[in-house]
This record gives sequence, structure tokens and C-alpha cells, in this order.
Amino acid sequence: MASLITNPVTNTNSDRSKRKKKKNSMVKQNLQRSQKEDHARWKSEAQQQIYSSKLIQALSQVSLGTPSPSAPRGGRAVRKAADRVLAVAAKGRTRWSRAILTSRLKLKFRKQKRSQRGSVAAVAAATRTSRSKKPRVSVLKLKAKSVPTVQRKVKVLGRLVPGCRKQPLPVILEEATDYIAALEMQVRAMSALADLLSGSGAASSSSATPPEWPMPPTSQ
Amino acid sequence: MSGRRSGSGVSSISDDQITHLVSKLQQLIPELCARRSHKASASKVLQETCDYIRNLHKEVEDLSDRLSQLLASIDTDNDQAAIVRSLLM
Repeated sequence: MASLITNPVTNTNSDRSKRKKKKNSMVKQNLQRSQKEDHARWKSEAQQQIYSSKLIQALSQVSLGTPSPSAPRGGRAVRKAADRVLAVAAKGRTRWSRAILTSRLKLKFRKQKRSQRGSVAAVAAATRTSRSKKPRVSVLKLKAKSVPTVQRKVKVLGRLVPGCRKQPLPVILEEATDYIAALEMQVRAMSALADLLSGSGAASSSSATPPEWPMPPTSQ
Repeated sequence: MSGRRSGSGVSSISDDQITHLVSKLQQLIPELCARRSHKASASKVLQETCDYIRNLHKEVEDLSDRLSQLLASIDTDNDQAAIVRSLLM
């Protein structure tokens, strides 16, 4: 568990070079191949550690901002921060991640000019040019699936995945696969973090020495 | 959401593509993984997917509530809190 905290820097450095190599290979090869790598990416330990370290940074800002939170105890703020960090970890390659990030910007900068949204869209365009525009195709045009049950369920699914309300069926299915993998990683990382924090909290009341943290003796 | 329109729409999606995507989705969902052998129909896979995503959302919400409580309690703690705070920031 301690490795989550003590080794974020080294892993980000080594993973950055890995990610660069992955990016080059993805451009050359197939879409299916890139999707398989994306799924493996969400399951990799390095990605989880990156997410955990970013989440901790975001959470430290949240908890310091409101020392005495309201009735839900800032759980909603934690959830929003976790979703935002998850979307950042996706690096803007998927629609749901871009939707999460732009929705926050839309709420924040509603009164201000649109240049912020333009910059985010430019970033999204840089990462995935073919998908930066959301095509508006009504589901009725796709006559292959005339089964209303499937259509209905896909619509429900489209409402669950952020940013996919009006997308055609294959887009929704594709986004859903990546979103599920990302959510699983988010759950794993957050539960590990919660165990770590609760472990330290439980130890503080009983004994003075921490369970087993390979920490250098620092001045307290 | 966005007011953009693009000329290149998706013309016609083949059933094979849909089946392929649905089977990929099926592999991800743990409930359907147990009794694979292509027994699950598309609607069942989609239903399980929706339920699974809702479950994951709920888990994330519970975890975030728990984390917020832990962070709040740690802020008011003693020297252990100092260690954890030095790690957090």
C-alpha cells in the first residue's frame, strides 16, 4: 500500500516513455489494436499509481479548501475531483473524458468568453482529430437495428456514459467499454486509498508507531 | 450538448460490427463472463452493462463519501495526521 505513495515519481517517468512508444504504435496500427491497448492501460498498475497520485493532489486541495464541510461532508466534491482526475488520466482520447472536462469548464466559465472551451477543443482535436467533432446522426437512420429493445437499452446506456447522449450506437458501445475499464480502475484506486487512510487513522488511536511504512525518519 | 454539426455521418452500421462490439462489452462484464459461450443476447448484455455501470457509480460515490470522512477526521488528528498530511501535499 505504501508503494502507492512512495513511488509515484519514478513510475510516471518510466511510464511516460512507455506511453510515447505506445502512442507511435497506435497511430500506425489498427483501431482494434489500440482499443486492446487502452483496456490493458486501465488495468496496468502504473496507470493506477498515476491516477492515485493525481487524485491525492486534487484531494488535498479539496480538503484544505473547506475545513468544515457541509452535511454530505464534501463527498460530492471528492466524487467530482475523482471524476475529473479520471478524465485527465484518459488524456482526452475518449468522448466521455472530454465531456467530463468540458462540462466543468462550461459551468465555470459560463459568463466568461468562449476562449477556454476553444482551447480545450483544440487540445482534444490535437489528440484525436477524427473524433473531435461529434456527428449528429439520429438513431432512426440506422435501419440495421430495428429491434426496439436494443435501441432502448442503448439509449439508456448512452445516458449513463457521460457525453454520449446523442451518439450513434457503435460510438456508445465503444465509449462504454473504455468507460467501464476506467471506472474499475477508479474504484480500485479509491478503495486502496481509503484503506491506506483508514489504516493510518486506526493506528493513530492505538499505538504511536505506524504499521509498516518504509518512511525515512523525518522531523515531525 | 454542443451545437456542432458534421457533414460526415455514419452511414450504415453492419450487424457484424454491432455483434462484435457487444461481444467485447460482454467480456468486460464479470457477471456475463462466468457463463460465456455466447449465450447472452444483445439486450441482456446491454442490460447487464447498464446495471454494472450503475453499480460502479454507486461504489465510487460510497468510496468518495468514505474518503471525505477520512480526510475530515485526519485533519483533526494528532502526529499521525502530520505524517499523512506531509504525504498528501
